[in-house]
Amino acid sequence: MAEQTETLDMPVRENSLQRWLKAIALLRESPVGMVGGGIVVFFILISIFAPLISPYDPNANLVPFVTPFSTVDDKFFLFGTDQLGRDILSRLIWGGQRVLFYATAATLSAYAVGIVMGLAAGYSKGWVDEAISFVANVILSFPVMVLYVLIIATLGASGLNIIFAVVFASSPGIMRIVRGLTLDISTREYIAAAQTRGESAWFIMMVEILPNARGPLIVDFCLRMGYTTITIGALGFLGLGLPPPDPDWGGMITEARAFVMGGFPHMAIIPACAVSLLVLGFNLLADGLREVSLKD
Amino acid sequence: MPDDIRPDTDVPVLEIEDLRLSYYTRAGEIPAVMDFSLKVNAGESVGLVGESGCGKSTVANGIMRYMGKNGGIVGGTIKFKGRDMAEMSDEEVRRLRGAEIAMIYQEPMAALNPSMTIADQLTEVLTEHEGIGRQEAAERAAEMLDAVHIPDPRRLMDSYPHQISGGQQQRVVIAMALLSRPSLLLLDEPTTALDVTVEAGIVELIAELSEKTGASLLYISHNLGLMLEVCDRICVMYSGEVVEQGSIDSIFSWPKHPYTHGLFGCIPLPHADKNARPLAAIRGQLPLPHQRPKGCYFGPRCDFFVQEKCGQQQIPMEEVTTDNDPVHRVRCARWNEVDTSTAMIAGEAREPAPVGEVVLEVDNMKKYYEVKDSSFGAMLSGQSMRYVKANETINFRARRSETIGIVGESGCGKSTFAKVLMGLETATDGEVRLNHVNIGAIPVRSRTADQLSSLQMVFQNPNDTLNPSHTIGGQIGRVIKHFGIEKDPAKIHERVMNLLDTVKLPRAFAERKPRQLSGGQKQRVGIARAFAGNPSTVIADEPISALDVSVAAAVTELLMDIQREHETTLLFISHDLSAVRYLADRIVVMYLGQIMERGTTDEVFAPPYHPYTEALLSAVPIADPEIEKRRIVLEGNLPSVLDPPAGCPFCTRCPRVLGDICENERPPVQIDGEGHAIACHIPLDELRQVEPVLKVPNELEKKRSLMLKQARAKKAAAEAAAAEAAAASARARAAAAEAALADELVADADAAIKQDQT
Repeated sequence: MAEQTETLDMPVRENSLQRWLKAIALLRESPVGMVGGGIVVFFILISIFAPLISPYDPNANLVPFVTPFSTVDDKFFLFGTDQLGRDILSRLIWGGQRVLFYATAATLSAYAVGIVMGLAAGYSKGWVDEAISFVANVILSFPVMVLYVLIIATLGASGLNIIFAVVFASSPGIMRIVRGLTLDISTREYIAAAQTRGESAWFIMMVEILPNARGPLIVDFCLRMGYTTITIGALGFLGLGLPPPDPDWGGMITEARAFVMGGFPHMAIIPACAVSLLVLGFNLLADGLREVSLKD
Repeated sequence: MPDDIRPDTDVPVLEIEDLRLSYYTRAGEIPAVMDFSLKVNAGESVGLVGESGCGKSTVANGIMRYMGKNGGIVGGTIKFKGRDMAEMSDEEVRRLRGAEIAMIYQEPMAALNPSMTIADQLTEVLTEHEGIGRQEAAERAAEMLDAVHIPDPRRLMDSYPHQISGGQQQRVVIAMALLSRPSLLLLDEPTTALDVTVEAGIVELIAELSEKTGASLLYISHNLGLMLEVCDRICVMYSGEVVEQGSIDSIFSWPKHPYTHGLFGCIPLPHADKNARPLAAIRGQLPLPHQRPKGCYFGPRCDFFVQEKCGQQQIPMEEVTTDNDPVHRVRCARWNEVDTSTAMIAGEAREPAPVGEVVLEVDNMKKYYEVKDSSFGAMLSGQSMRYVKANETINFRARRSETIGIVGESGCGKSTFAKVLMGLETATDGEVRLNHVNIGAIPVRSRTADQLSSLQMVFQNPNDTLNPSHTIGGQIGRVIKHFGIEKDPAKIHERVMNLLDTVKLPRAFAERKPRQLSGGQKQRVGIARAFAGNPSTVIADEPISALDVSVAAAVTELLMDIQREHETTLLFISHDLSAVRYLADRIVVMYLGQIMERGTTDEVFAPPYHPYTEALLSAVPIADPEIEKRRIVLEGNLPSVLDPPAGCPFCTRCPRVLGDICENERPPVQIDGEGHAIACHIPLDELRQVEPVLKVPNELEKKRSLMLKQARAKKAAAEAAAAEAAAASARARAAAAEAALADELVADADAAIKQDQT
C-alpha cells in the first residue's frame, strides 16, 4: 500500500538531473549516508580543483622538516613539509587526485569484467557457469595481498598494472554478486516475455537484467571503492604503488616511516588519516545507500 | 471442554467500537481503518470481506494489538469478553494471544517453524500456556490432530513441516490454534494459498470446528463464496470503512450498498455468460488512503453518486429497516431511494464471435523431465534416470477466435504445457502444430520471427510481468520494433498510443515506470504487450488470479474484447473453474500431466462428468445462496509426479474408484458425442446417471424464492412492530399506573402536610 502512495501526482517525465536530485533527496533521510557522501564529495572536489587549491608544486623542494602550522621564509605550511622539503598539503591534494583516479578506474574496470562474467554465468547456466565459477573460486582462494604483490612484482609498478591487479583480484567477487542477482532476475516473467519474443541473449542480459541489478551493485561499488583505496595505499606502502616522485598517499607513509620516531610523526600520520577518512567516507556512503534502499 | 472456558453467553466475545487504526509512513499518518464497530457473540462466525488494501488484515492485527512499528491504534475501544484491551498490560495481552485469541494466517509454511517437528511445535503451545507435562501435551496434540482430520497423527507428529503437504500444514496450523481452546479465532485468508479441492476440505473443517468447539470466528477473505459457506454475518469493507454489514441472508439477498452490489456483479457465477450476460466490472479503482474523496469513499466509482447527498460529509452507518434483519446496516446516503437490485448487474450483451479454422493442433504431445537418481538402489537396478512426466499425451485443437480453458490444480502440468508451446521447453514427443507447422521441437531461439510473433503470452504476476527499469511505452514499443511491424519511431509511438487506448489506459502512462501503476493496470499493459505483435494465438497463464475481483472482472472483459476484435485464439490457463466456465468455449481438464476430460463448456459442466471434474466443480465456492451444490470433498493429496499411479492418475483420490482396474490400467478415452472425451474406466452410461453438482434455479424460481423471502421478512417485521406496539402499550399502561400511583402519593403527602399544618 505504502509503495503506491506517491504514484499519481508524480511528474510524468523525469529527466536524469531530476532523478539524481531525487536520489540525493532520498539519501538525506540517512544521516550516516549524508556524512559519508559529504566526505566523498569533499575529496572529489579537492581532486578536481587540485591545481587551484594546492599552494605549492607537490614535487618542489622547499624547506625540509617543517612542522605543521608554521611559517618559514614567508611561506606558510599548514601540514608542514617532508624530508625533501616538499609541502605535505600539496602532496596530499595531488596524491588524493591520483588515488581517486586510479581507484575509480580500477573499480570500474573490475566491474566491467565482473558484470560480463556474472551475467554470462548466471544467465546461461550450464558449463559456462561452471567454468566461470571455477576460475573465480580459484582466484578467490588466494590471499588478496599475495595476489597483488605477485602481479605487481612481476609486471612492475605502474598505474596501469595496479588497475590490472585490482581487476584480477576483485572481479571474481563482483562476478559472484552479479551471478546471484542474475539467477534471481532471470526467473521473472518479464525475462520470459523477452525470451518468447526471441530477443538475443545479449539484449536480455544488458537491457532486461542488468538495470534491475543496479541497486545492490551501487552499494557494493561504494564499498569496493573503499577497499581499492586501501589497496592502493597498501601497495604504495610496500613500495609497489604509483611510481615516485609524484605523490601517492601510501608512498608518503612509507617514505616518512624513518622519521616518525625522529620527531616528525606528522609526515606519516597526515597521509594515513587521509586514507582512513576517504575509506570511511565510502563505507558510510554505502551504509547510507543500503539503509535508504531498504526503506519501503 | 471444562466449564470455565465455555464462553459466557451474555457478554460478547469481542466488541469493537469506533476503532481507528493508522500507519505512519514518509507521507505522514495514513488512516487505514476508520470508524469500525463490530460485535462478535459467543459461537458466532463473522466474515470480513473486501478487496486488498481495504484494511481487513489491519483490523485483525489491531485486535491482536500487533500493529508493528509503524502502525498504531488511534481511537476507539476493543473489548474482549467485556474487558477493554487497552487497559491490559503487555503481559496480559501476551497471555491472551494464542491462549484466548488465536490467529491463522494465509501462508501455512510461514506459520510453522521449519526446523522443529510438528510434535514439538504443538506441545510447546500447551506447555507454555497451560504448563502441563510433555507427555500429556503430546496426548492432547494427537487428539487435536485427529479432530482436524489428519490421518495417522502419531506418524505426522514426527515429521517436519516441509515433509507434509500444504493442506496438511494448514490443518496443523488450525490444530495449533485450537489447542489452547481459544474463544476467538481470527482467520486471515486461511485458504488463499491452497488449491480449490484442498480449500474445500479446510473450509468444511473450519465450519465444523466452530460448531463443535463453540469458538467465535472472525473470518477474513476476499472471496464472497467462502463467506457463504462459513459465516453467519458479514462485514463488507471498502477503503478502511465498513460499508455494509448484516446477516449472510440479508446481504446476499438484498445488498444495499452499491459497492456490495457491484462486487456480486464481478463474480462469474454459473449463470453468467460471456456473450449474453457479461460481467459488470466496477469502474475505476480503490482510492489511495491519502486521496480518499470527500464524503462517500465509493463515490467516484458509484453509478448512484449525487454530489449534494454523497459528496459533502462523512456518511454514517444507518440501519436498514426494510428487511427483518436487526443487524443489517449500510453506509450509503441513498440506500433508501436507490434500488440496486433492479439496476443491471450484467454488462451489455454481445454477439458470440464466429469460430474459424484450426490454428493450433496438439497431437500426443509429451514432456518428460529427466531426474538423475544417484542412490545406491538405483545404481543396482540400473535405472539411474527417472522421469517426471509433466505432460503425458496431450491432445486438442484450437480454432480461430476460440477460447480454450485449461484447468487444473497446481502441479497438473498446465504451466509446463504453456512453456512447451512458447518454446521455452521442447516437447519430448508428439507434435504441436501452429498454422500447420510443427513447433513442438523448436526451441524459442530457433523459431522464426513469424512463429514468435504469432504466439504470445500474458503472464500471471502483475508485479513481475513488466521490467521495472523501463517505461511502459518503451516496453510495448520494443515488441513492435522487434517484430518489425513498424520501423519509424513516430509510427511506433503512434501504435503504442493506440494499444494503450485499446487496453483503456491513459496515453500519459507510456512515460511511466511500472511501479507507478496498480496491479490491474500492469496486467493491462501485459495484455497490450502480448497483442502488440498481432499474434494469432495468445496464451494467458492465470492472468487474473493475482488480481482483486473487481479488477479481475475488468481485465477479463478487456481480454475478451481484444480477442474478439483481433480474432485471436486464446488459451486461458487457470485453476479457477468459475472464471474458465465464464470465458471458455471449450475446456481441457488436466490432472497430474494428463487430460482427464475435454469438451465444450456446457458438456464439461454437465453430466457425464469425469469424477475429477465433478470434485473440482463441487470445490469451487459460489457466492449465490440460491444455487444448491452437492458436496464432494477429496481425501488425500496429489501423488508425487515422480511416482504417479500406474493406472489412472486420479485413482488415489477418486471417490468413485472401481478397484484394481483403476490402479493398474490406463483409463480408456471414452468419446461422448462430438469431441467430448472422458478418460475413465467407469462406463459412460453410468457417468451419465450422476446427478449434476450444481443446481441453478431458473429465473422464475429465483424470483419466487426472493418474493417468498421478502414476504416472510415483511411478516416478521410486522410481527416485530406489533410486538413493539404491544410492548409500548404495555409500557404506557405501566406508566399510567405509575403516574396514578405518583398522583396518589402526592395527594397523600399533601394530605399529610395539611394535617401537620393543622
